[in-house]
Formats: sequence, C-alpha cells, structure tokens
Amino acid sequence: MKTPTTHAPAPVDDTLDAAALAAPTPQRSRPSAFARFGHPRTVRLSLLALSVAIALGAWEIAGLVSSNGVLPTVPQVIDWMQHASWSGIWDNVAASWRRVLVGFGCGVAIALVVGTVTGWYTKVRLLSDPWIQFFRNVPPLALIPLMIILFGLGELPKYVVIGFAAFLPTTVAVQQGVIDVDRNLISAARVLGANQRQIFARVVVPAAAPVILVGARLALGNCWGTLVAAELIASKSGLGYMTSQGQLYFSVPEIYVAILLIGTSGLIMDRVLFVVQQRLTSWQERQG
Amino acid sequence: MTAATGRRKSAAGGAETLAFRNVSKTFATNKGTTTCFEKLDLTCAAGEITTIVGASGCGKTTVLNLAAGLLRADSGVITFGGHEVEGAGPERAVVFQNYALFPWLTVAENVEFGLKIAKVPAPVRRDKVRQHLQLVGLEHAADRLPKQLSGGMRQRCALARALVTGPGAVLMDEPFGALDAITRLRLQQELLNILAVRPTTVLFITHDIEEAAFLSNRVLVMRPHPQQIVADIDVPYEFPRNDATRSSAEFLHVKEQLWTALEAAHV
Repeated sequence: MKTPTTHAPAPVDDTLDAAALAAPTPQRSRPSAFARFGHPRTVRLSLLALSVAIALGAWEIAGLVSSNGVLPTVPQVIDWMQHASWSGIWDNVAASWRRVLVGFGCGVAIALVVGTVTGWYTKVRLLSDPWIQFFRNVPPLALIPLMIILFGLGELPKYVVIGFAAFLPTTVAVQQGVIDVDRNLISAARVLGANQRQIFARVVVPAAAPVILVGARLALGNCWGTLVAAELIASKSGLGYMTSQGQLYFSVPEIYVAILLIGTSGLIMDRVLFVVQQRLTSWQERQG
Repeated sequence: MTAATGRRKSAAGGAETLAFRNVSKTFATNKGTTTCFEKLDLTCAAGEITTIVGASGCGKTTVLNLAAGLLRADSGVITFGGHEVEGAGPERAVVFQNYALFPWLTVAENVEFGLKIAKVPAPVRRDKVRQHLQLVGLEHAADRLPKQLSGGMRQRCALARALVTGPGAVLMDEPFGALDAITRLRLQQELLNILAVRPTTVLFITHDIEEAAFLSNRVLVMRPHPQQIVADIDVPYEFPRNDATRSSAEFLHVKEQLWTALEAAHV
C-alpha cells in the first residue's frame, strides 16, 4: 500500500485568490437597507423630506381647488385631529391591529405546516395543489357572507377571513421555498450524517427562509387590504369602520386620518418583517 | 510537526477499502430506462488515492454517488471496510464540485456541522474545527460567510468539513473543476500535503488527465456508452510529489498512457 509520506502543508498564500481580494469583508457585517443605493445619509434624508413636502403640497392644493371644500386642506385635518376623541380612534387602531396580528399569525402558522408538507411530499402536493390554486383565485372577501352565516358577527369570522388572506400567499411561498432547496445542500447534510429531521431543521428551513419571508410580506399586505374591506362591510370597530363612519357623517378629515393610520400601521408591520428578512437572509449572494 | 503526527495516528486506523462488485445502475427517463453501467467492478484500496477519469456523461459522478450512499445500486454490492454500504454517512465524506457549503453558516460553522450532528461536545468541536481550519489554511477566514470566499477558499472549507469527522474515505467529485488553472494547481498540491498528514482513502473524480496523473496512486479510465472501465493504470512515482513531479519523464509517460486510453475509449 502506497501512503503519502508526511511533510508539512505548504504555507497558504492568498495573493492568488483574486476573488478573496475583491471581497475584503472579514466581519459578518450587514449593510443597512439603503446602503446599496450608495448615497450618503444627508442626500437620503433630504430626498425623504422633499418627498413628504411634495405630498403635503399636493394634498393642500387638492383641498384648495376642490369644489365647495369637499376635500379638506392640511390645516383643516390638523384641526380635526386636535378636537377628535382619540380614545375612540385608538380603540379602532387596536381592533384592526388585533385582527391583523391574530389572523396573520394563524394564517402564516398554518401555511408553514401546509407549505412544508406539500413542498416536501410530492404526492401530497399533487393532491392539494388543485385546491390551493383554486382558492388563490377566490378573493378572501368573497368568504365573508359564508363566514358570517357560520360564525356570526363576532371577531371569529374576521380572524378566519384575514387568516385565509395570509394563508394562501404564504403557503405558495413556503411550498416553493421547500421545493427549491438546493439538492446538493441536502446531499451534503446527508453525507455529514444528518437524518430527515435534522435536514429539515438545519437545511430546509434556513434555505427556504428568504422565499418564505417574501411570501409573508405579500401576505401581510393582503391582510390589511382584506381587513379594511371586511371592517367596511361587517364591523362596528376598526380603521375600516372609521372610514365608513367618516363617509356616513360626511367628515372627510376623519376619512383622511383613518387612511393615514391604515397606511402607517401597514408600513410599521412591513418594516418589522423587512428587518427580520434582512437579518435572516444576509447570507444570500446579491447582485451588485 | 507533533500536532501533525498526532493527527496522523488518530486517523490512520480510519482508512478503509471501498469496493464495487457487479454493480449495475439504470435511470428512469421519459422513454423508459437508460442503463448507466452494468456489472461494474472497482476497488479503492485503503489509504490510496484512486482517480476515475473520463469524458463528461460517462457516469463518473454516478459511481461517486453510489459510493457515498446517495444513490442505490439496482444490483451488485458496494462494500466499505468490508460492510455493505446502506446509505449516506460521515464515514464516507464527499467534496462536491460546487462546494455545497451551507451559505447561511460561517466557514467555522460549516466545518462544525458534521460534529454537531454527531453530538460531539462543544469544547471538542471547537478544537477540531480550529485544527482543521489550520490544516486547510483558513483559520483567518473562520467567521466569513461562503459568499465572502473565493472558489479556492470555498473548496478548502469543504475539504475541512469533509475531514473533520475523521472519515474512512473522502469522495471528491471534480472538486477543482470550477477553479481557475492557477488555483487548481495550488489546491492539487495542498490536497496532497493535507492527505500526507491525514491519510485516508480517496476516490477522486476528474476529467483532467494532468490532475489524475499528479494526485493518484491509481487511475481508472472510464468510457461512455456503455459505461465501463477500460484502463487501470498504476502511477509509479512516489510521494511526496511537487512541481518537479510534473516535469518528470514518468509523469509525462502516465499522461500519455491516460490520453491513449481516453482516445481509444472515445469511439
């Protein structure tokens, strides 16, 4: 038997590894969300300020030129906000947030299970896919009348409808994420001794996380859209209800404030998910 | 070199013989089944570097996947250290052509993966990871993510990950195929240096004649349609090998033999 005789490993010289020189980032640092646009902070902040100014200007002009002052100007809305009963408004905000968080949370949780199972087992996918595809084309709002008949007028039908709105896009994303896991990584884990459960927890979940989070963000947008519509149709609280009250009492500033609160709420939730997404996917190789 | 000697002692008992007896493999396709190879016999002697060289599509990678336990043979027996291969496991480590590093783990965490699966206690894990990063010359890059590494560094990381569990064999599937020529030559030398301190059985797959001639104790030439081994060449020159080996008359002779066998196989 020929065995290589022992001698010291050659000293490693990285000067020839061109790509290593091109990637001089020794720390596991995460660039800020905007860093890749390459503009300094001052430029970004000025553009943000300009953007807000243009929007407020357009709002003001719309208020000034609208016939009979139907659309309120910025000072009119601020005036309304100063005299409004904020405890009632916060109750509406809280009701909407609770519905979105419960519905979204349940929808995503179920989607993680369903998407994983259908992504992992081809036969289960072939069984379930026609129905997932079918219900993707049914707007969640179409279920409201059925849900009201089934569950009455309480919170449950809203949770179910919002959960449904979160469930479908997330399921599709989880399923795709699981299907698309690099087979080589699974092979590598198998060869390193991992069993099915370990492969799932240590390879499939992290590998699919980026796609799953994209799906969850889409689902969240879907949830807010569905929620507000549901509250317009069948609710006595929430931000959607607040806009319908504004319509009923011809209080356009109230509608404006409700819209601002809806947009802000959705934005805050999306930013939270965005930060989670950045944290969990910073290992990905990105273009540019 | 006390550390290196210590490693050698602990690993020396691990090298095992890998053998294929009458192994056949077919693949299902849209038009029925295609035979990949029939009644294949081959042996990788314990502690030796056996290389399979052949053109693309001749079934080299299938041989490796069968040896790894990632694929099952239709008939015949594959044994490793006298026991039948029943599935994938860390005793037959694999180094993949595209590295297959876990992109969300750092270099050190990638190397640690197999040890965690094997439930090795944390202090031992840390020691072994450090040793093996040193062995492949990556201790300075322990905390980097794979995306921050060059191709050569990625493959060194993959090699450390394969060796860290003390496998009885390392199966290497065109590991240097995606690298530039200069890095490839350097890594061939480094691989021999590493195997000198950590001897193990190696099954090496390549389509590069020069690489086969430089690294191997023994080279098998495989031909496509039907896939079979058409030449079995013993490489006569001794280890350690270095740049001087590449210009020796014996080296050129082995390359010539390999080329002739490949040409004859290419019908």
